[in-house]
Amino acid sequence: MIQPGFVLAASFGYLVLLVAVAAHGDRRAGQGRSLIDSSLVYALSWGVYCSAWTYFGSIGRAALGGVWFLPIYLGPMLAMLLAWLVLRKMVRIARSYRITSIADFIASRYGKSPLLAALVTLITVVGILPYIALQLKAVSAGYEALTGGQGQSDMAWWRDGTLYMALSLAGFAVVFGTRHLDLSERHEGMVAAIAFESAVKLAAFLAVGVFVTYGLFAGMGDIWARAQAQPDIANLLRLDGLGFEGFQGAQWFALTLLSMLSVLMLPRQFQMMVVECVDERHILRAAWLFPAYLLLINIFVLPIAIGGMLMMGDAGAGAESYVLTLPLSQGAAWLALLAYIGGLSAATGMIIVETVAVSTMVCNDLVMPALLRSGRFAQAGGDLTRLLLNIRRAAILLVLLLGYLYFRVAGEAYALVSIGLISFAAVAQFAPALLGGMYWRGATRAGALGGLIGGSLVWAYTLMLPSVARSGWIGADFLDGPFGLTFLAPQRLFGLSGFDELTHSLFWSLLVNIALYVGLSLIGRASAREASQALLFVDVFERGQAQPVFWRGRARPEDLRRLAGRFLGAARAEALFRDHARETGTALDSLTADARLVDRVERQIAGAIGTASARVMVESVSQEEPLSLDDVLEIIDEASQVRVYARELEEATIELRAANEKLKSLDQLKDDFMSSVTHELRTPLTSIRALTELMLDTPDIESAQRDEFLGIILSESERLSRLVNQVLDLAKIEAGVAEWHTTRVDMKALIAAALRATAELFREHGTEVALDLPERVPMVLADPDRLTQVLVNLLSNAAKFVPKGRGRVQIVLLRQGDELVVKVRDNGPGVAPGDQATVFEKFRQGGDACNRPPGTGLGLPISRQIVVNLGGRMWLESRPGQGACFAFSLPLQGQGRSR
Amino acid sequence: MRRRDGPRPEVLLALCGAGFLLFNFPLLLIWDQPLTILGLPLLPVVLFVVWGGLIAALAWVSARSARPPRSDRAGNRRKGE
Repeated sequence: MIQPGFVLAASFGYLVLLVAVAAHGDRRAGQGRSLIDSSLVYALSWGVYCSAWTYFGSIGRAALGGVWFLPIYLGPMLAMLLAWLVLRKMVRIARSYRITSIADFIASRYGKSPLLAALVTLITVVGILPYIALQLKAVSAGYEALTGGQGQSDMAWWRDGTLYMALSLAGFAVVFGTRHLDLSERHEGMVAAIAFESAVKLAAFLAVGVFVTYGLFAGMGDIWARAQAQPDIANLLRLDGLGFEGFQGAQWFALTLLSMLSVLMLPRQFQMMVVECVDERHILRAAWLFPAYLLLINIFVLPIAIGGMLMMGDAGAGAESYVLTLPLSQGAAWLALLAYIGGLSAATGMIIVETVAVSTMVCNDLVMPALLRSGRFAQAGGDLTRLLLNIRRAAILLVLLLGYLYFRVAGEAYALVSIGLISFAAVAQFAPALLGGMYWRGATRAGALGGLIGGSLVWAYTLMLPSVARSGWIGADFLDGPFGLTFLAPQRLFGLSGFDELTHSLFWSLLVNIALYVGLSLIGRASAREASQALLFVDVFERGQAQPVFWRGRARPEDLRRLAGRFLGAARAEALFRDHARETGTALDSLTADARLVDRVERQIAGAIGTASARVMVESVSQEEPLSLDDVLEIIDEASQVRVYARELEEATIELRAANEKLKSLDQLKDDFMSSVTHELRTPLTSIRALTELMLDTPDIESAQRDEFLGIILSESERLSRLVNQVLDLAKIEAGVAEWHTTRVDMKALIAAALRATAELFREHGTEVALDLPERVPMVLADPDRLTQVLVNLLSNAAKFVPKGRGRVQIVLLRQGDELVVKVRDNGPGVAPGDQATVFEKFRQGGDACNRPPGTGLGLPISRQIVVNLGGRMWLESRPGQGACFAFSLPLQGQGRSR
Repeated sequence: MRRRDGPRPEVLLALCGAGFLLFNFPLLLIWDQPLTILGLPLLPVVLFVVWGGLIAALAWVSARSARPPRSDRAGNRRKGE
């Protein structure tokens, strides 16, 4: 046994630590270094699924039914397999429309219906209160087990530690759960604390598991071997051992399905998974980290349960506190205390998140609509932000006190596990409306209302009331059917027996729920607002930023501004309008209350008071035209038109940009060309001008000198006109306006003619010319003059670059496939590798500027242009030091015809 | 329109269907035998192994789908340097 004071001090110390973690989380968020922006923390925060019910109840259940504790954790595994599809859509929808609770989600989907929001809230409160009571009971029972106390519930209420525990948890939830007015902002500190709690309870449970399995026994195999000696324990791990007949397959399936739905529908799960999601990409990793967490926390459940039964010899309610009593019985008081802290963290985590989530619903969907309906409140101006926060805080306190009350009144009535399952079955009623609403456009408000009401009534009748009856509050003969009507017996409705009560209730309630949901949706007709919300939900991934706005009417900006100021506070309202003005490019004063602005204001307010209430408030300050279904379709049509236009515009812009880039580079080329040409023109002009001036200034110039000068002037003029001709030539060819006289051409004859034209050049430099021509070559279709120009250009280039006196130029003509190839090879210095790529560009001359032979730098570009125009190509084969080889090819496709 | 990254829906649906089958009647009855694996009763061992297998499969599918964008990002960075 541990001293009560010690246990209380440890509990208090743990709560202080929790506050520190939460405060740290909020501080880090304030610095912009979010603690919870990681998939690991995100997954740990989902661990709030494991409440005290898991921590203590699983072992109790395992002690009674073996593997039957498992379906509650296998369901979440199955749900997580679909998390990337379903949960991500929920997160995206909630983020887009600033949805902050499950009631808000369902109400918003079905036309922002306040009635639906209130109904969901009511079901939640009724379903969840027992669950909160259960947590308090677990903490209280754990305390008793630890201190060996005689049961606190006998004491006067003001001496009950559980009450103070509940109050301090309410304090924590108030401090860290109502920090911001805007609920769609995250509670970073709270999430950090919950993730921390998940880590603590896992560590504590594993510590006890290791202690029992490897401390008290020699491993799991040892436990099992000893259990074999006791037939009742040995049979525990069989599915009744009767095979097909005995196995309650339906119940197993029901439990799996139930937990699969609950892991998404429980208010605390919705809060952690959807509302507190930092980044939807975290879902991808968290989806398998969370089931892994569940697996870890369950791995020692069976060893502890069986070990406990072997050591303590009872399988009754005592099994639920094995995590405490087993270490305690072995004198491991510290471990027992740690286990208690683990259980405390499981219970407190659940209570904190659940109360924050439920209080949001109570405030937004029960209290606010009532306040809004009272005229005085709606008329009054003034800032309501403080009032809103206080309502929420009061709701937290109220929920916790109600839970405590339930615990005091009914705490001893029923076993832990059943209460949890009753809550699960209650929230499972949300599944058809919520999941259906995300994928089925045709679902209507009437269907959702009918399904929820029908399903929850059946739930209450078949599950809730029997548990009340069993607690002795209403006559037990109720279980045999009210007024003696046996076919209405709540646990054998219409004589359907053979199921356990949970499966029976789940079957009937979901059957009624889905039938009404689908049936009423099919019979009725969706209103315009339902249809528009349906589209916004179902197609949330398809719209991106450009969502259609379903609003028509008139409103005044100053009214909207006052409205925003009341619910968001003046500063945020101001920022909201300034942002809108900036994004639409209008001045703040001249803003018009168009649909976009109204929608924006409504969404922001929805983050504070819920979508349904926000709708009512915006309606109150504007004159709206009711939309018909046709209007909705029209707006959607417009929106999709706009999207199509936007896409076309984008494509056109891209094309234009590409064209512009091309033009720019062409312009640059032209500029380069112009500057090169003028540079080339200036050089001869300068020398002509200088010599002419010299001759003018000196009239008595010697005749020999004058002749020399005139000779230079003449050759420079020739160079000038050649340059001009070439530029014109190139321009013509490039522009495609040059005249081509294409005939059948004998390449051998052309080479001979070109050689004759350049013979003088070669002889001057003492260059040897070698010919390598085949006997017969096919004729090609080409312009002979142009081709001669190309050949002369290549030959004179070669003549210029070969060394004086020992030059050697070789001309090769050969047929390669369906091409005729001409190569002019020289033994000059070759072209440096760096220049090979640019040698065909205009005004690029080989060699360095000082000692290269004269030339215009246009010969090769023109030649290549000619060859390309004739359908061939020109290239360079060169390695420095081995001479250059310019070659070109011409296609022979005309050959067949010419023969 | 941006292609959604992440595992293909069909793969996830198939995994979920497989999980439903493996965790339920009648396949569960296969393991309901008085046998032991490494001294441990067959049924719970199989349940935990299947559970772990599903987690591993989900992790693998998720990691595989998350890889292309990551290498893409690395590629961009190299280009930027």
